[in-house]
Amino acid sequence: MLKIGNLSKSFGGLKAVSNLNIDIKDGELIGLIGPNGAGKTTVFNLITGVYEPTEGEILFRERKIDGLKPYQVTHRGIARTFQNIRLFADLNVIDNVKIAYHQHAKYSSLGAILRLPSYFKGEAEMEKKALELLKVFRLEGKAREVAKNLPYGEQRRLEIARALAAEPKLLLLDEPAAGMNPQETHELMELIRWIRDTFKLTILLIEHDMSLVMGVCERIYVLDYGTIIAQGGPDEIKSNPKVIEAYLGEEAI
Amino acid sequence: MKRVSILNRKNALTLFLVIVMYAVIQGLIVTDILPPLYTSTLIQVCVYVILAASLNLINGITGQFSIGHAGFMAIGAYLAGIVSVKFHGPLFLSLLVGGIVAAVAGFIVGLPTLRLRGDYLAIATLGLGQIVMIIFQNIDYFGGAAGMQVGRHINWSWAFWVTIISLVVIHNFVNSTHGRACISVRENEIAAEAMGVNTTKYKVLAFTLGAFFAGVAGGIYSNYMYFIQPTTFNFLTSFNILVMVVLGGLGSMTGSILGALIMTVLNVALSGIPSLRMVITALLLIIMMLFRPSGLMGTKEFNLNFLEKKGERNVA
Ligand SMILES: Nc1ncnc2c1ncn2[C@@H]1O[C@H](COP(=O)(O)OP(=O)(O)OP(=O)(O)O)[C@@H](O)[C@H]1O
Ligand SMILES: [Mg+2]
Repeated sequence: MLKIGNLSKSFGGLKAVSNLNIDIKDGELIGLIGPNGAGKTTVFNLITGVYEPTEGEILFRERKIDGLKPYQVTHRGIARTFQNIRLFADLNVIDNVKIAYHQHAKYSSLGAILRLPSYFKGEAEMEKKALELLKVFRLEGKAREVAKNLPYGEQRRLEIARALAAEPKLLLLDEPAAGMNPQETHELMELIRWIRDTFKLTILLIEHDMSLVMGVCERIYVLDYGTIIAQGGPDEIKSNPKVIEAYLGEEAI
Repeated sequence: MKRVSILNRKNALTLFLVIVMYAVIQGLIVTDILPPLYTSTLIQVCVYVILAASLNLINGITGQFSIGHAGFMAIGAYLAGIVSVKFHGPLFLSLLVGGIVAAVAGFIVGLPTLRLRGDYLAIATLGLGQIVMIIFQNIDYFGGAAGMQVGRHINWSWAFWVTIISLVVIHNFVNSTHGRACISVRENEIAAEAMGVNTTKYKVLAFTLGAFFAGVAGGIYSNYMYFIQPTTFNFLTSFNILVMVVLGGLGSMTGSILGALIMTVLNVALSGIPSLRMVITALLLIIMMLFRPSGLMGTKEFNLNFLEKKGERNVA
């Protein structure tokens, strides 16, 4: 599904990602962990076309996606959430979701201007789909509320709902549990597993919360200073000395 | 599924109010209760309502910063004038040509500058306004610095209904998935891209559509004013339109209409004392910044939604 080969990214003198290789199969639920500043978010930004790689290539479903613009990557079937929530803060909840449905809209701007039947049909369909998605995330009661007024945990859930509205094959979640309490984190864990199965998705997630990562991920990549230092199942990772060192090293600072 | 169509109570009432407004004013005009001077003010209101609403599409809805709207108005005014005077074309064609040429100019300016982030658009549109003025000043075909004699080919009824159609088109565009794409650019460009919105496309589309209607407004203007001059479309005019949009509230269509109405009436009332006009405009802006920093309407709309059952509201 996703094949990253010898990927590198430098910012001036800083090598944020170097010689990265990741291979993800259809339907997998993969974790990407590592200390602060390891380059995890940079990997997401490279996959989604926010940054252009300095070296290497990214194949998604056998096709090259590096060099594409972010919206083109999304059209190919990759959607993401952001570490620092980036909702359309002043819009209401349902419009946040509808915007991500835009690429699947079934009427043209001319149809909208002339208010042709296609407009009414298309809008009704979008409304219905958006509400269905919000229901999955228990946000349907807040559809008309302004996004920025939602509690933090709900904003994080809305970001995932919005990403799903783009109808991706691969979902990238950047610290989805950040700022959530243990109860919310636990629910989120269940939810992530459930959406993977229901929407037939492949998921790659970045997370600092080890209980979540170890609880849901089938395979984990550990990144430190821009390189993969370990990969494997949760148990292998837990006992890997390199990983322990990378994390202990961080705590020692 | 809930039935949605054009034939709802809200649209019917809006149409009814618009017709009543038209009938009352038209009645006052034919019975000569309203002196011709006021008709000219009404036409100017129409022109500036279209200008403000179309600039709002660019600056308010899509979140870009264009400050040369009078340039597109000039292109529309001159080209529409040419169609009316030199080709004796029908009014409809005159306005359409004005709009289309302005839109082409908008596309040419917008495409290279809107792909860049930041304030390039402001600089480019400022430059466009100046360039357009210089071009019309120096080409004899357009009458040069002395101006162009156009004559009068439009009446209040035409101006009114063209304005209404323009507003309906802009409103329908904004309240659609394409309008939401424009709004998403304003709200968060990075997130919009990540959600699959081709942000450059929608910026250019909004800008081109805005330029088109500025051209149409220019066409109404020149077809009414007998005579146009390049300096009519200077930076002050662009600034004036910008003030209307900001006063009404960036992002609010009804706000733009209100802003255009207030500013035009104020400008006409104070036209004898231009210095006082500037002072009052400045004062108005300062007072607004203090008490209503996001404009009279904010990003809200005045609408008849309260007539509908809950849950039928749209973005904007
Ligand atoms: N646009 C940029 N310009 C310059 N340096 C950058 C840029 N983006 C990231 N970096 C640097 O690259 C390194 C990796 O950053 P990145 O955000 O990918 O880390 P991360 O693993 O996501 O960290 P965290 O867990 O704190 O989110 C950091 O040193 C960061 O300062
Ligand atoms: Mg990060």
